[in-house]
Amino acid sequence: MKKLYEIWKKFGQNFEQGGKLEKLSSFYDAFDTFLFTPQTTAKRNGTHIHDGSDSKRTMILVVMALVPAMLFGMFNVGYQHLLATGQIPCCGLTCALWWKAFGFGLLAVLPYIIVAYAVGLGIEFIVAQIKHEEVAEGFLVTGFIIPLIVPINTPLWQVAIAVAFAVIFAKEVFGGTGYNIFNVALITRAFLFFAYPSSMTGDKMFIRTEGTWGWDGGHALVDGFTGATPLTQLATGTPVAQSFWDMANGLIPGSVGETCLWAILLGACLLIATGVASWKTMLATFIGGGLTAWLFNQFGATDNLVGQYPWYFHLVSGGFAFGAVFMATDPVTSARTECGKWIYGFLIGLVAVIVRVLNPGYPEGMMLAILLMNAFAPLIDWCVVQSNISKRAKRSNSASVKLEK
Amino acid sequence: MLSQKTKDTLLGPLNINNPVVVQVLGICSALAVTVQLKPALVMGIAVTIIVAMANVIVSLIRNTIPMRIRIIIQLVVVAALVTLVSEILKAFAYDVAMQLSVYLGLIITNCILMGRLEAFAMTNNAWDSLLDGLGNGLGYAIILVIVAFFRELLGSGALLGYQIIPDSWYAAGYENCGMMMMPAMALILVGCIIWAHRSLNKEEK
Repeated sequence: MKKLYEIWKKFGQNFEQGGKLEKLSSFYDAFDTFLFTPQTTAKRNGTHIHDGSDSKRTMILVVMALVPAMLFGMFNVGYQHLLATGQIPCCGLTCALWWKAFGFGLLAVLPYIIVAYAVGLGIEFIVAQIKHEEVAEGFLVTGFIIPLIVPINTPLWQVAIAVAFAVIFAKEVFGGTGYNIFNVALITRAFLFFAYPSSMTGDKMFIRTEGTWGWDGGHALVDGFTGATPLTQLATGTPVAQSFWDMANGLIPGSVGETCLWAILLGACLLIATGVASWKTMLATFIGGGLTAWLFNQFGATDNLVGQYPWYFHLVSGGFAFGAVFMATDPVTSARTECGKWIYGFLIGLVAVIVRVLNPGYPEGMMLAILLMNAFAPLIDWCVVQSNISKRAKRSNSASVKLEK
Repeated sequence: MLSQKTKDTLLGPLNINNPVVVQVLGICSALAVTVQLKPALVMGIAVTIIVAMANVIVSLIRNTIPMRIRIIIQLVVVAALVTLVSEILKAFAYDVAMQLSVYLGLIITNCILMGRLEAFAMTNNAWDSLLDGLGNGLGYAIILVIVAFFRELLGSGALLGYQIIPDSWYAAGYENCGMMMMPAMALILVGCIIWAHRSLNKEEK
């Protein structure tokens, strides 16, 4: 390891002031800090944090937490394809078909990962060069989340435009990583949703029925095939075909990463265990969504199918769990005070369910709910801090009054 | 031909002192009427005419206006001109007038108008006021046209109602950007213009 580092440092001399590749120094720096720093920790005395963890480690941990959802999503893309084209025998998946499903999904999802990273990192590198700054690592997670939340049939050029829009207008204009008000990955999806509604709605968008790169195309669809997600079925007024466990297990149509509850919870465990994401925000989101849905169950109009959808179904369908675990907890855009996290999460769940139930135009409310609360997170923090200040002021005032007596 | 002062009065608002991107006035109508190029053009021309004429009229009577009720007098002048222009438009370009709908009448509340009357016409002679009105109206129109150009081209694939993006592109999978049809995108476009304008005019700050 040390030898490797020496070779790397020698290579790095080219990038220093006056070196051959001076202009590309931010590239070198990005990879240098990514792989080798920070090596130093604070001295073991005093109240310092004795940990080498910085935002790059944090980002890598989130990417690792996303891997189960990504792998399962790939498999599910292939599985849904096989299902739609009637290639799955009644006795279940054979080993060969299992690998075929995964391979097909891998081929289908990989271009999205490449496009998201190429466009997003490209812009980040250019901006870093212009501003003479280091390349920040924030896009690492964003680029990984985007393929997970975009429907599998979205044209790649649209994804590229959306990523460019989100990175420039939701992030760089605010000052880059750590300064953004809105979650960049969600802005990407929101841009797609509003700019290209025809590729983002309907029931065919979540299932790749044609081949990928010409592989395994040309199959006829099975009779009565419908690619509608549970929430789309509800919005169009048909009862949901999937059971609770279907949705938790995740072998259903949906965006790549959002379907499997177990994969998401696995990621959530890692995030909570390492302290990267706040369990308060996650729990509060589930509580807020569950409670709101329960109230709709009890007191809502009986002819509203989504409102009568049992509350525990709301929590596992669509992107609710994925949003609660990976998007609502984004440390940059969420509330930062501990009490604020409860309020912030609760309101996300509440708004998400309200959008689902009361607006038939938007079957899924999670994206809009998180973006809305992103805007309110600073206000929540401000209120929490202010109330704490006034509480303490009152306490100290009454204490001093007592002393005077 | 023109003195430096006249030049500044007429051309300043087109660039360095632009009412929309520097003074950030008249944003509301800039968002509302720029979905297509044609209404934006008409709106720009209408505002130019109104602001120039109002400037001249107010400048001519500026010495007789009692200071305490000057805003009302200015409003009456503007309202009369706006009514005139909207009636003319309804008579000769009915469909455009319908597209502009309420925003034609709302020219009265356009901050550029009151701003120019208060800041310029009340203290300058008629000729300078005319130039100032023309300059500010055109400065507003330019931004409207730029925003509308991009919104119509990218949002509907057309310009002035004529299709620009060839059918073969659509066949190849190209889609119009629905975001461009929304007022939010107009705000972002205006922001981009301000961005470009500031970085081009750094030394003027």
